[in-house]
Amino acid sequence: MTSQAATASTEVKYNYDVVRQFTVMTVVWGIVGMGIGVLLAAQLYWPALNDLVQPYTHFGRLRPLHTNAVIFAFGGCALFATSYYVVQRTCQAKLFGGPLVAFTFWGWQAVIVAAAITLPMGYTSAKEYAELEWPIDILITLVWVSYAICFFGTIVKRKTSHIYVANWFFGAFIVTVALLHIVNSMAVPVHMFKSYSMYSGAMDAMVQWWYGHNAVGFFLTAGFLGIMYYFVPKQAERPVYSYQLSIVHFWALISIYVWAGSHHLHYSALPDWAQSVGMVMSLILLAPSWGGMINGVLTLSGAWHKLRTDPTLRFLVVSLSFYGMSTFEGPMMSIKTVNALSHNTDWTIGHVHSGALGWVAMISIGACYHLIPQLYNRKEMWSVPLVNAHFWLATVGTVLYIASMWVNGLLQGLMWRAFNQDGSLTYSFVEALDASYPGYFVRFLGGAFFLTGMLLMAYNLYRTIEQEDEEPAQANQAVTA
Amino acid sequence: MDINTLRGLSTIFVAIAFFGVCWWAFSPKRKKKFDDAANLPFADEEQSQSSARRDDEQDRGE
Repeated sequence: MTSQAATASTEVKYNYDVVRQFTVMTVVWGIVGMGIGVLLAAQLYWPALNDLVQPYTHFGRLRPLHTNAVIFAFGGCALFATSYYVVQRTCQAKLFGGPLVAFTFWGWQAVIVAAAITLPMGYTSAKEYAELEWPIDILITLVWVSYAICFFGTIVKRKTSHIYVANWFFGAFIVTVALLHIVNSMAVPVHMFKSYSMYSGAMDAMVQWWYGHNAVGFFLTAGFLGIMYYFVPKQAERPVYSYQLSIVHFWALISIYVWAGSHHLHYSALPDWAQSVGMVMSLILLAPSWGGMINGVLTLSGAWHKLRTDPTLRFLVVSLSFYGMSTFEGPMMSIKTVNALSHNTDWTIGHVHSGALGWVAMISIGACYHLIPQLYNRKEMWSVPLVNAHFWLATVGTVLYIASMWVNGLLQGLMWRAFNQDGSLTYSFVEALDASYPGYFVRFLGGAFFLTGMLLMAYNLYRTIEQEDEEPAQANQAVTA
Repeated sequence: MDINTLRGLSTIFVAIAFFGVCWWAFSPKRKKKFDDAANLPFADEEQSQSSARRDDEQDRGE
């Protein structure tokens, strides 16, 4: 069979249209979300930038837009694209759902656009990572249920006997996010754009951080581990290091993650025992997290030389290193005594971005660089050197970002807790802010590096799609091979 | 029953569940099945490519 015939047959077999749409939007929303992030970083260094178009460009209004755009628009589109691709390829079945598939794409884009409009206007439910008001929440629910039907429907009609581990992770992510979203978004609407949470007091805080932490655990971890379990083996051209380990760490990860949320509420009005449960569960979580990281990295054993020539694989492997680092840092920060130092400082923001830039974004970018040539019938990206440049911009940008936030975080934590002999505070808040100032510039620089990499990616994507059709070249290769 | 007995028992149940999953996953009986499953990402490619890869893997594994 020639490669031409092979591509023709996969085109009939699989629904790649929706994967292409989501892949392109991953890059678009990545640039938008990270662009807003860089603007926010700049606002913290040059506060006058808050006044571009008041009140819409105020830090307080753009910050939730940044988090929603990078998590749900960029990360969400990456998850839709990769899960739709992986579930079809590993089940050897065309995507189930018919018109529902298109609804998940357009519905999700509508959610993002609605967020981009309502958040700068100040409409918010004030729940972190769940700021969107109730009409949008209902749309999210509809899209998500359709997503579940398409995904699990494809699994039901699979032609393989086994359900590949990546699909287990995607499945856990879809089911749990549905549960989290519905429980946390329970609210009483007072009018079209305002609602109040159904919960109150410490209960509301606990529900919120049960949601918030599992958004990290299932949206930003389980889902992206699904990406890892398909794209790392695929790009390294060898099966995962230990399939058995993947099963054990899957069950351990999903059963422990849901208990760790209360570490966001250390030293709060939450009962002490609940805080301690969160801390202990977070510490245990290190084991299954590293199980996944080790499994991914060791998949390369015997293929390490490929890292020298393949920047896509480099993205995937470096993302795993950042995953390992941030899943070590997280449990450490959940220890109450460490948290007493780190809480409310820039250390937290550094930790989040070690996970968000280093793990989530890098593995999504690596997966996209694998996907794009597949989806558009190209041998490789239009420019591999540009992929390499993107890799270094992303890596250096992430390191600048997290290193500056570590320094700032420790500095703030130590300055806030310094006492004079008479019991008064040694430093005022403004003195700590002043000391953080250089770090804010380095953070802005790191973010700008990362964003520049995304712009290179967009250009590379555009050229790869626009490229002259390579069909004759491919046929030639098949002959010589 | 005292609530603390229940708490203690839950720890034991979770430990049993964990060892159960480990036993199930690492039992030699299922090794062949999982090896096949691990190759699923390559299963829908052309035959020549995937068989070459299986040889490659055997070099590394055994």
